[in-house]
Amino acid sequence: MALLVIAEHANSELKAATLNVVTAAKEIGGEIHVLVAGSNAKPAAEAAAKVAGVSKVLLADAPIYEHRLAEDLAALVVKLAPGYSHVLAPATTSGKNFLPRVAALLDVAQISDISAVVSPDTFVRPIYAGNALATVQSKDATKIITVRGTGFAAADATGGSAGIETIEAAPSSGLSTFVSQELSKSERPELTSARVIISGGRGMQNGENFKLLEEVADKLGAAVGASRAAVDAGFVPNDYQVGQTGKIVAPELYVAVGISGAIQHLAGMKDSKVIVAINKDEEAPIFQIADYGVVGDLFKLVPELSAELDKVK
Amino acid sequence: MKVLVAVKRVVDYNVKIRVKADKTGVETANVKFSMNPFDEIAVEQAVRLKEAGTATEVVVVSIGPAQAQETIRTALAMGADRGIHVQTDAEVQPLAVAKLLKAIVANENPTLVIVGKQAIDDDCSQTGQMLAALLGWSQGTFASKVDLKDGTVAVTREVDGGLETVDLKLPAIVTTDLRLNEPRYASLPNIMKAKKKPIDATTAEALGVDIASRLITLKVEEPAKRQGGKKVGSIAELVDKLKNEARVI
Repeated sequence: MALLVIAEHANSELKAATLNVVTAAKEIGGEIHVLVAGSNAKPAAEAAAKVAGVSKVLLADAPIYEHRLAEDLAALVVKLAPGYSHVLAPATTSGKNFLPRVAALLDVAQISDISAVVSPDTFVRPIYAGNALATVQSKDATKIITVRGTGFAAADATGGSAGIETIEAAPSSGLSTFVSQELSKSERPELTSARVIISGGRGMQNGENFKLLEEVADKLGAAVGASRAAVDAGFVPNDYQVGQTGKIVAPELYVAVGISGAIQHLAGMKDSKVIVAINKDEEAPIFQIADYGVVGDLFKLVPELSAELDKVK
Repeated sequence: MKVLVAVKRVVDYNVKIRVKADKTGVETANVKFSMNPFDEIAVEQAVRLKEAGTATEVVVVSIGPAQAQETIRTALAMGADRGIHVQTDAEVQPLAVAKLLKAIVANENPTLVIVGKQAIDDDCSQTGQMLAALLGWSQGTFASKVDLKDGTVAVTREVDGGLETVDLKLPAIVTTDLRLNEPRYASLPNIMKAKKKPIDATTAEALGVDIASRLITLKVEEPAKRQGGKKVGSIAELVDKLKNEARVI
């Protein structure tokens, strides 16, 4: 039986998180179909059709899917699910929102946030903020899975030539309506797909000081992140948060500035390839996992880092 | 209007957990337990609704062993009115929790159910959404703002790109995110008062719910340890290492 991947997209474009899910689907094995449910979402469907390994794209194009409200999207996926062995979505705020609803309506368990595939019915998922890894087996007829992006490489966005099949929308539930959104606008890469991330914590003292990090970020082509403490203090918006309950990232380089390293923060970034920590407290737990630690005042060291980067570029 | 809140007893967020040598799970003997932090936020929100005169009663449910009663008492000390304890020593996975809560909702008829967005032990983030599905209700997950109106509730959600606001038809399920509120500490007089508040005990059998696990845990292991701890003396040295040793810039 085929596998169904639910695309993460913004109607006009396919989101990178979809590509990691396609890779997880490939590891499970079987024909891969991608559902693009959106409004005027043909561009996203066309992008999905080009992803290497995808054999069919289902496009449900209707105004009710513009914001992919959980109630309506789940109803559509439930209708499609009987034809598939596995239904997968990224473990993003969108995937986490609608997929448990699908699982409950099908009366099956959801396997959340898998980081590895052992076999078509057995998966590894982190528990306790990633401080333990559970290998779990599902006996349910349909496996409903969210995929942790950092566990799987991105599939090639090009090379595929899948057909696009238009499908009917499911009736709207009428339970919820979209009101508004305030999305952070940034020219920098998205946190979850950035090659380099520089994050600030409570030690930044205020939001204004994040400009220091932004300057370095722009020299490295990096995204800017934050610890929960910095978000709770109102220095930066919630979508900056890296950690157990925020975004899970694994860039090539993660620079933690003024972050002490609570286990909840480490949970979100400890799989980064190289970790740099800048902190004035040499006992800070972040140093225990950092590949390179610099002890000192960040307000002196970060401008120095910025200047030093100019020299090597 | 009645508000129902579900709370889970979990290993305290400050505990550095240890995986059992036989790989069957994590060590829970002699470990501090407390209310799941997101559930504290759920209780706080419900109590604030009552203090504002919007809610008339706050009912707290917990599913778990005898000690789950302590978690319920904590919620009662924060200001909830009464508790329901579904007693079981078995592992109860999110789908089963949602089914138990559905049965309780049928008895209690709340207008709003508030639960934490995820439990910090299994990190599943499923229960609220599953309960909404089973009841055919609307859902507002990862809430950072909840605004009750006549017949609807506006929920502002923390999403990957920023914030999103949705309007939900009542009755509805809300799952809490970190910025919704800052939970209070229960005062000593309120802790004393909570001892007198009623807690009804029930079981999965009495509620007619099959709680058998659907996922089998084959093993639990420790993740690979990171080899960190190296320090460098200066920023110049750091940049040199990043360029020539790690080759990441």
